Amino acid sequence: MSENVGTIVGVSGNLVTVHFDKPVTQGEVGFVRTGEIALKAEVIRIRSDNAELQVFEDTTGVKVGDPVDFTDNLLTVELGPGLLAQVYDGLQNPLPELAEKTGFFLQRGMYLKALDREKQWDYTPVARQGDEVTAGDTLGTVPEGIFAHRIMVPFGLTGSYTVAETTEAGSYTVDQMVAKLRDEQGTITEVTMVQTWPVKVPIKAYAERLRPTEPLVTKVRIIDTFFPVARGGVYCIPGPFGAGKTVLQQITSKHADVDIVVLTACGERAGEVVETLREFPELTDPRTGKSLMERTLIICNTSSMPVAAREASVYTGVTICEYYRQMGLNVLLLADSTSRWAQALREMSGRLEEIPGEEAFPAYLESVIAAFYERGGVVKLRDGGLGSVTIGGTVSPAGGNFDEPVTQATLKVVGAFHGLNRERSDARRYPALHPLDSWSKYPGVVDTTQVAEARSVLHRGNEVDQMMKVVGEEGTSIEDFVLYLKSEYLDASYLQQDSFHDIDGATHAERQQYVFAKVNDILAAKVFFPDKDSARKWFLQLTSVTKDWNRVAMDTEEFKQLEQRLDSMLAEVSEHA
Amino acid sequence: MHKVYHRIEQIAGNVIMVRAEGVASGELAQVVGTLGVSLAQVIRLERDKVSLQVFAGSRGISTDGQVRFLGHKMDVSFTEALLGRVFDGSGQPRDNGPALDENRIAIGGPSVNPAKRIIPRKMVRTGIPMIDIFNSLVESQKLPIFAAAGEPYNELLARIALQAEVDIIILGGMGLKHDDYLQFRDTLEENGALSRSILFVHTAADPTVECQMVPDISLAVAEQFALQNKRVLVLLTDMTSFADALKEIAITMEQIPSNRGYPGDLYSQLASRYEKAVDFEGAGSITILAVTTMPGDDVTHPVPDNTGYITEGQFYLRNGRIEPFGSLSRLKQQVNGKTRDDHRAVMTTMIQLYASYKETLEKQSMGFRMSAWDNKLLIYGERFEKEMMDLTVNISLESALDLGWRIMADCFEPEETGVSSKLIEQFWPAKAGTAGKETPDEAAADETQAAEKAE
Repeated sequence: MSENVGTIVGVSGNLVTVHFDKPVTQGEVGFVRTGEIALKAEVIRIRSDNAELQVFEDTTGVKVGDPVDFTDNLLTVELGPGLLAQVYDGLQNPLPELAEKTGFFLQRGMYLKALDREKQWDYTPVARQGDEVTAGDTLGTVPEGIFAHRIMVPFGLTGSYTVAETTEAGSYTVDQMVAKLRDEQGTITEVTMVQTWPVKVPIKAYAERLRPTEPLVTKVRIIDTFFPVARGGVYCIPGPFGAGKTVLQQITSKHADVDIVVLTACGERAGEVVETLREFPELTDPRTGKSLMERTLIICNTSSMPVAAREASVYTGVTICEYYRQMGLNVLLLADSTSRWAQALREMSGRLEEIPGEEAFPAYLESVIAAFYERGGVVKLRDGGLGSVTIGGTVSPAGGNFDEPVTQATLKVVGAFHGLNRERSDARRYPALHPLDSWSKYPGVVDTTQVAEARSVLHRGNEVDQMMKVVGEEGTSIEDFVLYLKSEYLDASYLQQDSFHDIDGATHAERQQYVFAKVNDILAAKVFFPDKDSARKWFLQLTSVTKDWNRVAMDTEEFKQLEQRLDSMLAEVSEHA
Repeated sequence: MHKVYHRIEQIAGNVIMVRAEGVASGELAQVVGTLGVSLAQVIRLERDKVSLQVFAGSRGISTDGQVRFLGHKMDVSFTEALLGRVFDGSGQPRDNGPALDENRIAIGGPSVNPAKRIIPRKMVRTGIPMIDIFNSLVESQKLPIFAAAGEPYNELLARIALQAEVDIIILGGMGLKHDDYLQFRDTLEENGALSRSILFVHTAADPTVECQMVPDISLAVAEQFALQNKRVLVLLTDMTSFADALKEIAITMEQIPSNRGYPGDLYSQLASRYEKAVDFEGAGSITILAVTTMPGDDVTHPVPDNTGYITEGQFYLRNGRIEPFGSLSRLKQQVNGKTRDDHRAVMTTMIQLYASYKETLEKQSMGFRMSAWDNKLLIYGERFEKEMMDLTVNISLESALDLGWRIMADCFEPEETGVSSKLIEQFWPAKAGTAGKETPDEAAADETQAAEKAE
């Protein structure tokens, strides 16, 4: 690879214009050398012999005439054992190691290797000498936490290869050779445990893509029962500030029934990441009994960190997800928030002086969002196993108005919409998903006819509520009033959930099926009351008993007692028939 | 070394253009015009064309004006001598004191590594019950005060500055009326707080570019003090003026506006300032309290809206009081469990009762008959507003909690409040009139104070 050095001819914010002589690739990474430091940058536009690069750092001090080293590589991430439990910035620099080097502040121009170079991994070869392999096939495994991390034929290799040599089982660092592959021409490629992959290109080393049909249990009742998410599905959570987007993401990251969770804090508050960072190592994962951090990976490019790296962070996250999917694992990517990522696109587009679309977002916003969400999915691997990447992105619409471009572009491509609502959060009705506006196209964990009935109660109850605002309680018939109380009961005792309570905060699928059937019986029951006050009183009491019921473990005596109490309460008011 | 350029090729808005070589992005320059000397900053390089933003504005700059590049970026002197002084947005003295030039530090420095942050855990006591009890301010928190124009937000900031338990106060004033600036200075001086304060003030009459620098310069100084183990409170008023300055400059620079004329990077610009709030592990902290005036009292306006996504809660100032509904300190849970056992109970109960009072008021205004319970609520609500919500009340958290119990005890029976019986037993004061307080003297003092305030 020959040296390809360009010269800076212009600087505007974090956009530099570079004059070049040798060929330059769109998307190629270059390093802007200024003084002692080199700043990472990416080619985003080329015009005749000038390339425009977005610099991932502050460009203060850069001069016209400073050299730029082109690397001939696209923006890539390092993939290999040791990714889990890490905390990276948007360009995959490990933040704790950076802190050891530079102290409190993030110094620019400091890039570290993503993976630990010293650590020894116990390698067990799987492929034998003489085996035919293609990109993505397993050569061997190393244990990483609770998983057997597959060392695969690099995804970038095209065509078919023969395993020429494999190493013995034993301890190796990630840079040591584990296999030699020979292609049809006889050229030998050495493979280590690390491979790199360009972040903006989906990994496609699988047999076929399937339709997401398996529900992903989040243990949040309103989601699993009413607006379910599927493994390999994509969903979005738009909501105004203070409606609980981030709390919902945090809960999901704790309870979601997946193997690995990748959290991408993209342009949000640093404080929230810190909570996860300090809290997760202390929490145990109920599935494995190990620390929750062992299945978590954090990509953290908070709001005050450089904007261009913010754009890269969601791609870094999704690429790592795809890598683990290739191992037959179910991975969940939580991106908070995609609006900040879209704003990063807008800032760059403005600098490039492109013709703006709606609200000055670039015209290609929709296709970029669509391409990102399309990277989620369930795939059948070549060995017959299944793997999935589920993507959940929050959206922070300006003024809480869902008509803005990012929300609308996202709604076109997702399979579930969890719209958070200011009125519900103000009324402390958490999780503040709007039960009438939200939707999902994925199958849930409970019977669909029951859900349809419950939903109709919510709808009709809401209509009665609207009507009562006009005619008052006096002008409402007792039948309508009871309908309204039923919908309020469903809301208070099932849709709302105390996420900070150990038992109520995490309702597993079987329990949801059981409890929801009971709630549904109550909703369907014909109940009679002499007057509205007694009806309200009865429903209030019913709500409080059901709430208590939600707070006790399912296999206890108390659970049965409370259930009997619900039954007897129901019997009392049904007898009048 | 410092070559002087004499030919200014373009003057548009506050931006001038000269042809020069070897100039770095972000570098400072001195521009001499007929109205005096001003600093300017390089904002764009295009081959040998250098665009500079002139801090004092371009009026009076002629095409043969002098431009001298200084070879460093915007910085400010950091010494103990800053304390008690007043500067403008470019760091020049606004009082009659000498200019400071030693130990220059760069402004707008890099952001803190998230891995080095810690979960905030220390409360900042302000002596204002609406903050201390109901929405505790926490060290390293960033919190805006949302207010319509005309609300006494600057008075509130000044009160918090005087009463808060911090080591150093840094005031960043943007677009302040000159009277407001003088009032701030005088209030601090009269109360003996000026010696631990530093003021960076941009008044409405000063050049727009300087307005844009106020938060950076204030926070850069704050950061240095925090690293020296000081607890720093940064007051920024008014961030909407700052955003408007950004808007003005962006439009002059022919940037494409995104929402109501504001630049597309408004969120990032605001966030990079607010995110300077930090609690350094093993050193001091920066707490940011900012004022965001809401044009048209509209919280969906781009400035308050973007701010709400960045900050950790907000205070709504309405009718001269901190509104209990809508106001939120996202970090209060980190601290209000550790103050006194009854803190959380008093917080929720009093707000719930106040919400009921509001409902009763509505009923009353519609002409419904008042029940005995309604009458109790009416008395309670009035006392709550007078003794708790009034911003002039200055009492410690503990006496505020005691006061809360006393108000509740005067208005209700214990069981009507819904407080757990354990807390009632421990904290419910004996019936008014009979002495039963643990500290009768203090209570009496509080009462007189409250009575004084009520007048």
